[in-house]
Amino acid sequence: MGKLARKVALVGAGMCKFGRNFPLKRNPDMWVDAWIKAVETVDNGIEPKDIDACYVGNYSSDLFNHQGHLGPQMANLVGLTPKPAPRFEGACASSGIALRQAIIAIASGVHDIIAVSGVECMTEVSTTQVTDVLATASDTLFEYPAGATFPGLYAAVASAHFHKYGTTAEDLMRVGIKNHENGKENPYAQMQSSIKEMMQKKIARLEKEGKDVPDWKDEFDYLKSASNPIIASPLRLFDCSLITDGAACLFLAAEDVAKKYTDTPIWITGTGQGSAALSLHDRDDLTSFIATKESARQAYKMSGLGPKDIQICEVHDCFTIAEIVAMEDLGFYEKGKAVEAIKNGETKRDGILPINTSGGLKSKGHPVGATGAAHAVEIFKQMRGIAERNRQVKFDVERAMTHNLGGSGGTCVVHIYQK
Amino acid sequence: MSENEKDLTIESYLEFLRNKKLMGTKCKDCGAMYVPVRKLCIKCNSTNMEWIEMSGKGEIAAFTTITVGTPFFVEKGYGRNKPYCFSVITLQEGPMVSGQLVGVDESKPDTINVGMPVKATFLETELKGETRVDLGFEPI
Ligand SMILES: CC(C)(COP(=O)(O)OP(=O)(O)OC[C@H]1O[C@@H](n2cnc3c(N)ncnc32)[C@H](O)[C@@H]1OP(=O)(O)O)[C@@H](O)C(=O)NCCC(=O)NCCS
Ligand SMILES: [Zn+2]
Repeated sequence: MGKLARKVALVGAGMCKFGRNFPLKRNPDMWVDAWIKAVETVDNGIEPKDIDACYVGNYSSDLFNHQGHLGPQMANLVGLTPKPAPRFEGACASSGIALRQAIIAIASGVHDIIAVSGVECMTEVSTTQVTDVLATASDTLFEYPAGATFPGLYAAVASAHFHKYGTTAEDLMRVGIKNHENGKENPYAQMQSSIKEMMQKKIARLEKEGKDVPDWKDEFDYLKSASNPIIASPLRLFDCSLITDGAACLFLAAEDVAKKYTDTPIWITGTGQGSAALSLHDRDDLTSFIATKESARQAYKMSGLGPKDIQICEVHDCFTIAEIVAMEDLGFYEKGKAVEAIKNGETKRDGILPINTSGGLKSKGHPVGATGAAHAVEIFKQMRGIAERNRQVKFDVERAMTHNLGGSGGTCVVHIYQK
Repeated sequence: MSENEKDLTIESYLEFLRNKKLMGTKCKDCGAMYVPVRKLCIKCNSTNMEWIEMSGKGEIAAFTTITVGTPFFVEKGYGRNKPYCFSVITLQEGPMVSGQLVGVDESKPDTINVGMPVKATFLETELKGETRVDLGFEPI
């Protein structure tokens, strides 16, 4: 138990530009863009005839776009019908689950090569409707009537973390500042500017309009001002991930055939998935996600690695507090100690453990069902040394991790990648 | 039908709420307590469960004041300029439960604290000509 019967490699990965893409780009358009980008990364080329199945991760095209049954639709667009095309749902972890199931199917010998798709188009509906659709990933019977929203649930977790470990709003702000610094270097990110740049732009605009110009000393002043309104205390606008349209595509191959496609496969040596009660109130600890701990435990065990071996990680920063909690739950730092590491710059691009070099969900964007696959796209680029602009980390990445959290922590998927 | 004969279902739990009673279920084998209702004890797998009325007293385990709310709360009149408070409460009897926290100054979250003692209150909302009752809490 807990072992892959044969090795599985990531041989190609790509994504479309994340952003408010609707109506110019809908799920089918974005998925085809991502597919084309992923095909370009396969050294020796890959064709639909090589591929055995299309595994689609999507949270809620049903409620966002009034379209169910996405599997065959996506498969057909890239010439994969009549091959199997199942769809997987686990809120924001949907395509992380699709990736994991594809790995298991290949390891089992049922399939040799699978295309993993992650897609979500969120901007067809208003923010209030998005908030409502996302809230269906919480407990609609008992959390929803109490007023829970997604920002609200993570804000509640933040309140407990603040209380227990003395974490502060400034600690949260550092996560957003770092992730925007990274997203600035990502041509596929939704918001490609640092928070400092946004602050300067705002000052310039106010000056031009002849309005009162606030004397913000630095980003922190800006982030504490009315320009950064509270969404769910203590979380402000810049603590929240974005509402995003996007798609990502991954090609996975069994060890027996991987070498046909590339000389430098990236092996996925660990996969883990965990679950927790849907409602926060049914959990024992509000400062930690047990599903993360469980999925990490499985992935570490399978790969034979531990937290100290991981060199870079894409963690699920749907809210700034989520990045802090993930750093602790994945075992990188003791509970309550992650904020100190962030303060010391350890998780910046040039730190000892770069986290969210893609810009994270905060700056790259969070098309919920596409996020798990997009995490793997960033790791693929960093391990291949092909991350765009100034984003590539300065050392050779041998061992990396992705952490994809669903809902308010009800589902988690963790993967470990090795050269 | 007496309280303890009511089916161990969500509908019964909600019916109790409508009658302004916060009821939990207790495992007669291992003593575990649950709010809302459970028919199966996940501590010991027993189905030997009974209804038990909660005192409704507890303390704040986690909370947030929300400005971008769900449609239900927007309909209730909350929004950017009138936030509401979502809270998770640890009941005196042990279990945690979610509820709207009222009777606090939602525009000043600094005045609300984890650990603050609260008691249950039953919040009535008129919706499409019907009155619905939701569990809420207020400071003691
Ligand atoms: C925070 C949130 C409510 C803001 O939405 P909104 O109030 O409708 O914001 P708007 O789209 O009207 O944008 C207003 C401005 O804020 C900016 N903005 C929107 N979301 C932002 C965010 N998360 N961070 C920074 N800036 C943001 C917009 O670019 C826009 O700027 P502009 O005025 O210069 O053009 C929304 O982004 C949200 O719900 N995020 C969380 C999504 C989520 O829960 N995902 C699932 C996680 S599990
Ligand atoms: Zn029991």
